[in-house]
Amino acid sequence: MSLEVPTDLEKEIDKRITHYPVSKRSAVLPVLHALQHHFGFIADDAVEWTAEKLELEPIKVLEVVTFYPGFRQSAPGKYHIRVCRTLSCAMAGSHELMDSICEKAGIDRSGITHHDPIAVSKDGKYSIEFAECLASCGTGPVCLVDDEFHEEVKDVDSLLSQYQ
Amino acid sequence: MSDEKTDLIDVQIDGEWHQFPKGTRMIEACRQAGVEVPHYCYHPKLTSPGNCRMCLVEMGMPPRPRPGDKAPLADEDGHVPISWMPRPVIACANTVAPNMGIRTTGPLTEGCREGVMELLLANHPLDCPICDQAGECSLQEFSVEHGKGESNFREQKVKKPKNVDVGPRVRLDDERCIMCSRCIRFTEEIADDPVLGFTDRGSHTTLAVYPGKELANNYSLNTVDICPVGALTSNDFRFQMRVWFMKETNTIDVNCATGSNVTVFAREGKIYRITPRQNNDVNSDWMPDSHRLNFHWINGDERLTDPLIKDGANHRIATWQEALAKTAEQLAGIKGSEIAVIASARMTNEELLMVNRLVKHLDAGHVDTVSRQGESDNYLISADGNPNTNGVKLVLGLDQPGAQLDSIRKGIQEGRIKALICLQENLIDDGGFDAETLAKLDFFLTSYPLANPTADVADVVLPGACWAEKTGTMINVTGRLQRLNKAVDGPGQTLESWEIIRDLIQATGGGNGIYSAIDIFKQLAENISEFSGLSWGQIGDLGLPLIETGKTIPLLEREKERIAKGIIVG
Amino acid sequence: MSEIQYKAGKEPHPNEHRVIFRNVDRVGWDPSIKTYMAEGGYDQLKEAYQLEPQEITGKVKRAGLRGRGGAGFPCGVKWGFIPPNNEKPVYLICNADESEPGTFKDRYIIHQDPHQLIEGMAISAFAVGANLAYIYIREEFPEGAAILEKAIAEAHEKGFLGKDIQGTGFDLEIYVHRGAGAYICGEETGLIESLEGKRPYPRIKPPYFPAAMGLYLCPTIVNNVETLCHVKHIMEIGGVEWSQTGTPNNTGTRILCVSGDVVNPGYFEVEVGKVTMGELINDMCGGLKEGRSLKAVIPGGSSAKVLRADETFTIGRGDDAKEISIWDIPMDFDSLAACGSMAGSGGVIVIDDSRSISWVLNNINNFYAHESCGQCTPCREGSLWMKKITDRLVAGKAAPSDIDQLDAVARNIDGRTICAFGEASSWPTESFVEKFREELISDTVPELEEKLVNAEALTAAANLK
Repeated sequence: MSLEVPTDLEKEIDKRITHYPVSKRSAVLPVLHALQHHFGFIADDAVEWTAEKLELEPIKVLEVVTFYPGFRQSAPGKYHIRVCRTLSCAMAGSHELMDSICEKAGIDRSGITHHDPIAVSKDGKYSIEFAECLASCGTGPVCLVDDEFHEEVKDVDSLLSQYQ
Repeated sequence: MSDEKTDLIDVQIDGEWHQFPKGTRMIEACRQAGVEVPHYCYHPKLTSPGNCRMCLVEMGMPPRPRPGDKAPLADEDGHVPISWMPRPVIACANTVAPNMGIRTTGPLTEGCREGVMELLLANHPLDCPICDQAGECSLQEFSVEHGKGESNFREQKVKKPKNVDVGPRVRLDDERCIMCSRCIRFTEEIADDPVLGFTDRGSHTTLAVYPGKELANNYSLNTVDICPVGALTSNDFRFQMRVWFMKETNTIDVNCATGSNVTVFAREGKIYRITPRQNNDVNSDWMPDSHRLNFHWINGDERLTDPLIKDGANHRIATWQEALAKTAEQLAGIKGSEIAVIASARMTNEELLMVNRLVKHLDAGHVDTVSRQGESDNYLISADGNPNTNGVKLVLGLDQPGAQLDSIRKGIQEGRIKALICLQENLIDDGGFDAETLAKLDFFLTSYPLANPTADVADVVLPGACWAEKTGTMINVTGRLQRLNKAVDGPGQTLESWEIIRDLIQATGGGNGIYSAIDIFKQLAENISEFSGLSWGQIGDLGLPLIETGKTIPLLEREKERIAKGIIVG
Repeated sequence: MSEIQYKAGKEPHPNEHRVIFRNVDRVGWDPSIKTYMAEGGYDQLKEAYQLEPQEITGKVKRAGLRGRGGAGFPCGVKWGFIPPNNEKPVYLICNADESEPGTFKDRYIIHQDPHQLIEGMAISAFAVGANLAYIYIREEFPEGAAILEKAIAEAHEKGFLGKDIQGTGFDLEIYVHRGAGAYICGEETGLIESLEGKRPYPRIKPPYFPAAMGLYLCPTIVNNVETLCHVKHIMEIGGVEWSQTGTPNNTGTRILCVSGDVVNPGYFEVEVGKVTMGELINDMCGGLKEGRSLKAVIPGGSSAKVLRADETFTIGRGDDAKEISIWDIPMDFDSLAACGSMAGSGGVIVIDDSRSISWVLNNINNFYAHESCGQCTPCREGSLWMKKITDRLVAGKAAPSDIDQLDAVARNIDGRTICAFGEASSWPTESFVEKFREELISDTVPELEEKLVNAEALTAAANLK
């Protein structure tokens, strides 16, 4: 099993690695970000590719991947939604927002676990998870859809209509 | 008051003042003062992450007067009163400072220990009745000493993987793991095989190997030794015996010239486990898996248990008297120049002294040992696969052990050598001899712990004790004299080699008067200058340097560098 | 300079004193270097290069600039901890891992005025002698990371970064490093481990004080975004002059972020200590929602100890000591510390009487249980334990004694961990239990007392006894 990394992506990764002239290992996060951005999640072969690229034991990469909630180990939906769970957003209704998105997007969160916190809609279009504080507490509830940030989200239909 | 000449500083531990060198870790200072500070993650041979928090102690320093305030008055010994800090500090990674105070008792320290114990046990499975670590578990020990004896934990425990094969020899129970990271640090810092790591985070942190990889290096079982709980267990020892039933014997490993110090765990004559024993001049705290597991044959079915005499095509069981009488009878007609003795560099110095006697007594014309030169693993395994080559050189007086074997073989083939006495070697499998050559001999005696092809062609076969069944000394690769202590009795009629040789000498008309290996050691001290003045007791459990060899042990050299840099305590 | 125009509805409150946020929500402003330079951007960097590095540090010390990340440690003093005989490379890291719940200031600086940060960093790097600097930005700011990278490229193009900057012989590269969703990376040694490509386990101090043994075990200065931006303004107006804003020992301006139960949550840059809690909540945020009254305030990010609305506090020392209500607390480091809490990261979370304290505490405990790195025992085991207790509490499955247990667990964490996360995770519980015990108890079920016994734990206890 080996990951096929397009030349352009590898070039981009190689450039990122040069940002860490003292230690290649420092590039673990940027390499993983680049791979996740391209492949949607970090599969085992991405861990191994990263390890080989940075001359590390694969466990040292897996240690990092599993530590950070920002890395997913299974495929998300076409659009991945992260709803802020933390206090100010919760006070502003982020849990209700979560329920509402799930209902309208056809996502069943009953099966999520600590190890697999992401739920995917039946049609594979959306996946969702709670995220801890997204640092926009004054404009809650907030969520990220992939890299796009949404504040004071009240109208779920209009939110989802932007991602079809 | 600091003593500048010696760089010793004054530190108060539980009310008593002591002096320690600058840079001493607080935990080591306490230990030197006779106060044990409980700990899990700290290991003097590894870096100190300070993660278990069990070694938290109360610490104080002389008060720093505010500008304008008077400095506090010193007492008659020059000590100023200590101002105790409200926050505890870890004793493992912090070093002592002049006039520091440490309290290992009192509400703060005791509260910390109780708290850490309760938290460590919160998600621990408490399956002590079936846990291999029971009896030697730090969680158990510290629960008794520092725990509060009850838990208020009312929640569901975190579930983690159990019975995980992390390698061919090591098994992992993640629920028992207290995440001290000793094993991870060992594989990174000592074994250079960083295959272990933590996955996930928080209370769900899980020790793991990468899927498809394994902890397979030849030092993997050391992780089991340093695991303070029952998370890592040895496949070999698992469920074999409760530790408290076993008798421990301090002895040394004989699988190579390093002579790693070991503890043999046995019950009723059977060995169950061998673990490394700390000796900072030999093996530090470690040993190779291949050496520690090389003991099952001792309890195996291949052991020789009785003297055997060739009777036609086969051997028959004989008494020692018969076997020795047969030997004397056979040797009687053979001239000394026609006799060869092949001894072993796996023999103790005491046995080698007896070999020397035998050679002189028989006026044997040829003597040698089998050499086992290989490659060092650059850790603890020496290039020399014999544990006592230096003893052979010193006691048997062979400059180049193994150099005579070819000429002995040739002598046998050409009929110049008619009798061969082989002690503790398997000439066909290990010495480059073949059955055809050995068949030419008029008389061939071999003594060995196991049945083997060499014994098949011998006229007399004597059951010899193995290393775990005997007492004596050996000289390791660095020239260190170390003691081998008998852990178990040999099976059946087995005798130690020095007894066999003593009886051989007696049977062939020589003198007697030796009753123990220690007696022979006295003779070594009398006859060999390097041993002069030494007594058995002096050698102790850790041995002592005897001769200069100029050789070093690679792993120890690396540890020395880390100690010099202050990375580890050592 | 003409009067600055702000976007409609985003105008600063009259109580504000905008320095860092001068260009936030400004009409006609964009994050380009062209816009930035049109108003004298990078002039302070050029001036800094005329000075000796120690002179810059001196200015920062005289300004009395205290770190805006949470601990409030004097920035110039921190810089001064680099060993004087150091021969190793020095690194500067901007901590843009803004993640203390209730805090939301960095996003606006990064998105709208990135060059302010880059100039502040370039000046600081020169002052501490760093030729390599990183901006550690949280993963949840993907757009911010892109904006910063673009700004860095622009600064490079204009010759404010790179080799031999402005002919000074001084080199500086700044790179953006994205985190991946871990609160612990806001802890400076955890951040450093993360930047080294490892699990962000905070390091023990001593010996790993970053200024002496930081990134790659070299001297490293880690400063918050807001702190580094202030350096530019200290250069501009001078340390002593800068220190005239704010109040003594609590100098300058800082950005307060208000969220929760107020009519108009938002960010406000004020002179430190010149605004009281009452002014902040009632005047600047439009007060509480209709028909609601104040129950509690968490004044400095979710890890700060909660203040109860009806408490009285004593601030000032000796003859200056006075008793005040929550409304009169000046929003500065020392006053909030005197009130038993902290100014922390400037995130003020307002809680009104419609909220269940059990629910609030459980939300906070969930956060810290999720974010505990798991390296050291008390926090690893304790934060999840506290979460599990409050999970039961909000589900109506807790007994009254659980509240004492909650407090006991917190006290087994507080002060006993490797890093300040121990306090961050235990202070909310300690303070909520202390100040809202009755309400928490009222959510418990006394009848459960006998039923909530963990059989496994009891067996263990029997065995241990």
